[in-house]
Amino acid sequence: MSQKILLKNDHIPGINTLEVYRKHGGYESLKKALGMAPDAIVEEVKKSGLRGRGGAGFPTGMKWSFLAKPEGVPRYLVCNADESEPGTFKDRYLMEHIPHLLIEGMIVSSFALGANTSYIYIRGEYFYILRILEAAIDEAYAAGLLGKNILGSGFDHDCYVQIGAGAYICGEETALLESLEGKRGNPRLKPPFPAVKGLWDCPTVVNNVETIAAVVPIVEMGGDAYAGIGIGKSTGTKLISASGHINKPGVYEIELGVPVEEFIYSDEYCGGIRNGKDLKAVVAGGSSVPILPKHLILKTAAGEPRLMSYESLADGGFATGTMLGSGGFIVMDEDTSIVKNLFTFARFYHHESCGQCSPCREGTGWMERILQKILDGKGTLADIDLLWDVQSKIEGKTICPLGEAAAWPVAAAIRHFRHEFEEYVTRPEGIREVRHYYRVNGLETA
Amino acid sequence: MAKVTIDDFQIEVPEGTTILNAARMIGGDLVPPAMCYYSSLKGSGGYCRTCLVKVEQGSAKDPRPMPKLVPSCRTAVMDGMVVRNETSPEVIEARAGVTEFLLINHPLDCPVCDQAGECKLQDLGYEHGKLDTRSEFRRRTFEPEDIGDNIKLHMNRCILCYRCVKVCEQITDGRVHGVIGRGDHAEISTYIEKAIDNDFSGNVIDVCPVGALTDRTFRFKSRVWYTKPVEAHRNCEKCCGKVRLWYQGEEILRVTARKDEFDEVAKLENGEAGWICNECRFEKKHTNDWVIDGVTHVDRQSVISANHYESKEGERFEGKQLEGASLPHGDKVDLGVGALNPNNV
Ligand SMILES: Cc1cc2nc3c(=O)[nH]c(=O)nc-3n(C[C@H](O)[C@H](O)[C@H](O)COP(=O)(O)O)c2cc1C
Ligand code: SF4
Ligand code: SF4
Ligand code: FES
Repeated sequence: MSQKILLKNDHIPGINTLEVYRKHGGYESLKKALGMAPDAIVEEVKKSGLRGRGGAGFPTGMKWSFLAKPEGVPRYLVCNADESEPGTFKDRYLMEHIPHLLIEGMIVSSFALGANTSYIYIRGEYFYILRILEAAIDEAYAAGLLGKNILGSGFDHDCYVQIGAGAYICGEETALLESLEGKRGNPRLKPPFPAVKGLWDCPTVVNNVETIAAVVPIVEMGGDAYAGIGIGKSTGTKLISASGHINKPGVYEIELGVPVEEFIYSDEYCGGIRNGKDLKAVVAGGSSVPILPKHLILKTAAGEPRLMSYESLADGGFATGTMLGSGGFIVMDEDTSIVKNLFTFARFYHHESCGQCSPCREGTGWMERILQKILDGKGTLADIDLLWDVQSKIEGKTICPLGEAAAWPVAAAIRHFRHEFEEYVTRPEGIREVRHYYRVNGLETA
Repeated sequence: MAKVTIDDFQIEVPEGTTILNAARMIGGDLVPPAMCYYSSLKGSGGYCRTCLVKVEQGSAKDPRPMPKLVPSCRTAVMDGMVVRNETSPEVIEARAGVTEFLLINHPLDCPVCDQAGECKLQDLGYEHGKLDTRSEFRRRTFEPEDIGDNIKLHMNRCILCYRCVKVCEQITDGRVHGVIGRGDHAEISTYIEKAIDNDFSGNVIDVCPVGALTDRTFRFKSRVWYTKPVEAHRNCEKCCGKVRLWYQGEEILRVTARKDEFDEVAKLENGEAGWICNECRFEKKHTNDWVIDGVTHVDRQSVISANHYESKEGERFEGKQLEGASLPHGDKVDLGVGALNPNNV
């Protein structure tokens, strides 16, 4: 059975309101936190083994302890609610249904970090959620949970929501900070890291929505208890956005360590492949992570069952493994064209590159065009090698990880499905349906 | 002080020096090419990725290699660091990749570009590029634009190095210049034709590594290798007044700031860059506006040094010689940028 922590109350009518949220134990964690020493909270988060849920999986407690604390300089907590990775929609679910969980997490985390101001940076397309969050914040202010002297503790805190303008790159933490400062959302060169020089050059922690929400149950149950959930270093639960050719797409909270096979086929989660088809491939952690074919996503190269955990999904490195990433689990059935799917991803990254670094700016567009050529039935075998070479010239040579995010899917698709690319270039008559695809997507055919 | 080894040459430099600047102190072939870094512009560098180097040993304390290639222009040296530039096949490969990327959307219109001959992209292409292109797709195009009376923008040629943006941010007052759009459709813009009208805007021409920003008063007047550089100065109320005049015969075709061996606006005695004002640059085109200091010393190989005047003896033609190549007046030309000189091919 799954253990629900974040979404345990999501079915309760009115849980988006402060009244109902409190009736079900809401803001108890805040009360407890305010009675603790801030460092003790950081310690609990360290003990919990919580890892960042935004994609990179960096240990949250460690990130918090890196926060510089110079005298007389404000510190900030910034919540990354830009959620724009194709295939990822878990933060949306959480904010839409239980907004107070995030607000409570913001206050508790800010208290632990000594931040009197925090920001929630939310993607432009989530406009309606902006209203939900602002309503929740208003309620919290009215109840004395935000503002001056919160619950008589002497701790002051203000929380603001800032809406983005629809750029994926503004989810990269330093681009987010630039955007929050009112500038063009270009990622910054690191170092310095945000923990030292973040928002307005002040020490800043940037965390994902789900990460911050998870702090609430961690404070409530204690770090050790949270660490008892999950498997090995993948502690706790994770929200998975399941999409694609499955019977039950949606957001699922899983205990880390659930076998991938169970996640795909059990009725508790995805409910198996749609229309009784066979599984072909899975992109397990959002569009940036390497795609894996059926035999490698269900079992590791060593033949062990693959588990939904940071370590197990990464087992085998990129040769045979992938990453948990942001938990965007995209399932593809036997009829899916890997090349077409890759083209869609490539288009996305081309569109979203900020254009600062030459390899990403020029390479993403080049890869898209090569893929378009292959889809048009005009590709050659040399184009497949060229595609491989172009991605290798981007990977690891850029300012921010968007370069890798654009390169990895290309590399993985060629690594595991080269035969399909070859099919496209050697048997172009077989791709008539591609034209249809172009038409419905309003694209130009060559 | 920190001891750093670059391509097997060792140098001691102050803490905080970047790898690129340490390499520049050593000089020679081991200096990575820098298309976006500009020492006198704060926050410049990091964008173009031509200066990527391999850090084989992080420091004496922590000798682990750095996992990725690093931009030498923005990475500080550590004591005991070991860096590879020209001697690392990985670096050479990556740089060839970056060069190719910078060229796939470039119009290659050198024959009609006023920057030809002093273009950093030509140098880069020559030194690190491949003979042929592997991209067969249509290049992105923009219409040329006038930015005020004196500056021409050819966005097609821009490599988005952000140098001009930094100039506008840092040395001109009232910023109207920036980047709009994203990715390979991003463009340098003055926010819809809003001319940069302030006294120092012309410096964007000098910092631009390519022919994206050029001097309209010099437009199509001559190729730079037919003009002769001369150092001159005047008493100017707005700027340092120290310039380089580019003569053809008796006529001054162009005025620029003085450049150092890395093609950056040369530093004055006080350590600051010798930016010049628009009056000196665009309006003072008569010899009697100026006090002539002497002919320009060109220390590095370039079409300009190949053509004219003084260069440090011995260094002049150190490069590989193009078989039988010669200029009209009989000088041998080096295979460097000279090979790109339309007169030689
Ligand atoms: C191109 C790009 C887009 C990103 N988008 C998001 C995002 O939408 N949400 C998010 O939480 N993290 C995103 N990240 C990761 C953030 O940079 C950062 O690592 C994360 O917010 C840290 O929070 P965490 O430690 O709680 O995961 C993105 C990273 C990159 C490179
Ligand atoms: S990798 Fe791409 S998105 Fe990231 S900074 Fe460079 S150009 Fe911008
Ligand atoms: S116009 Fe020139 S200086 Fe400005 S960004 Fe483009 S290449 Fe760089
Ligand atoms: S000069 Fe270093 S990245 Fe451009």
